[in-house]
Amino acid sequence: MHDVLKVNLMANIHDENDHIAAHTNEDLTDKNIYVINVMGAPGAGKTTTLKNIIKSLKYLKPYVIEGDIESDIDTRDLRGLGIDTFQINTFGACHLDAPMVHNVVQNINFNEKGVLFIENIGNLVCPAEFSIGEHCKMLISTVTEGSDKPYKYPLAFEKADIIILNKTDLIPYLNFDEEFFMKGIRALNKDVPVFKVSGVTGEGFPLVAEWIEKKASDEKGVNCYHHHE
Amino acid sequence: MHEFPITQQIIKIAEKHATELGASQVKSIKLVVGDYSGFVGDSIQMYFDVISEGTLCEGAAIKIQRVKPKMKCTGCGELFEREFLSFNCPKCGADGEPTEIGKEFYIELIEIIQ
Repeated sequence: MHDVLKVNLMANIHDENDHIAAHTNEDLTDKNIYVINVMGAPGAGKTTTLKNIIKSLKYLKPYVIEGDIESDIDTRDLRGLGIDTFQINTFGACHLDAPMVHNVVQNINFNEKGVLFIENIGNLVCPAEFSIGEHCKMLISTVTEGSDKPYKYPLAFEKADIIILNKTDLIPYLNFDEEFFMKGIRALNKDVPVFKVSGVTGEGFPLVAEWIEKKASDEKGVNCYHHHE
Repeated sequence: MHEFPITQQIIKIAEKHATELGASQVKSIKLVVGDYSGFVGDSIQMYFDVISEGTLCEGAAIKIQRVKPKMKCTGCGELFEREFLSFNCPKCGADGEPTEIGKEFYIELIEIIQ
């Protein structure tokens, strides 16, 4: 006779991922590196946005990890500009997770205090669900995607610490309803700063860079929970 | 693809607890999955059947309790399920704000044979 036993676990399935993310966050905080998880749909202009922000940084050295399903086109592009850039290829996986980032970060020589931009896979769904050790989640949305995006992908907008609205030079040619877009963001994320930029004209990026450098200098200690059993 | 590493994690957690309790087999695993967690039940089951082979979890039934996301009205406090392209409260029309309801992703319990 075998006994069947019910055991309550209440075990968070993301625990291991979150634990590794907390380690990465601690390591990099110790090294005076501010980490930004950069999220956005394919074609939102994530790499272009990074290039523009990096040009406007005054005090911090930029480092970049490029997450792509395949290829290293963006990495070569950024290295060509003299930016320390490292590649992660997921070969099919739709987001970066904490172990992938942890492995790469181990091999980077952070010789100066700075900001590490981790460009996630182009996707508005999964990247928002996985912590990778960041201090800040940056969401890049665009006027060409349409003003309904906060309503269709609420989690990404809810979790963002900063939102960039890109391609604003195209507003005259589109029916982008900015009021509806902002109403959706404000319902989900009352205080998140929203910066309007254009990757073509370069407008708006100095303010984003200033915001990042201010946040990085405010960052004291570790803002992720972290415990060992 | 997305559910593969997650299913590995579910099996790892269930096996760890089953082993600690001296179980010979895991009969079932009950998951609580909010719709905003981004995980698809059918995919978890499909990967589970493959990955669990040869483990204590082989043949276990996966039971999934889904949870619909709810917002909380900033006006009247009502918890409500949002309508498409709107965050407004159906009762008083004020804006809703996000809650944790619908983001669950955990193993509630396992049934084991000792």
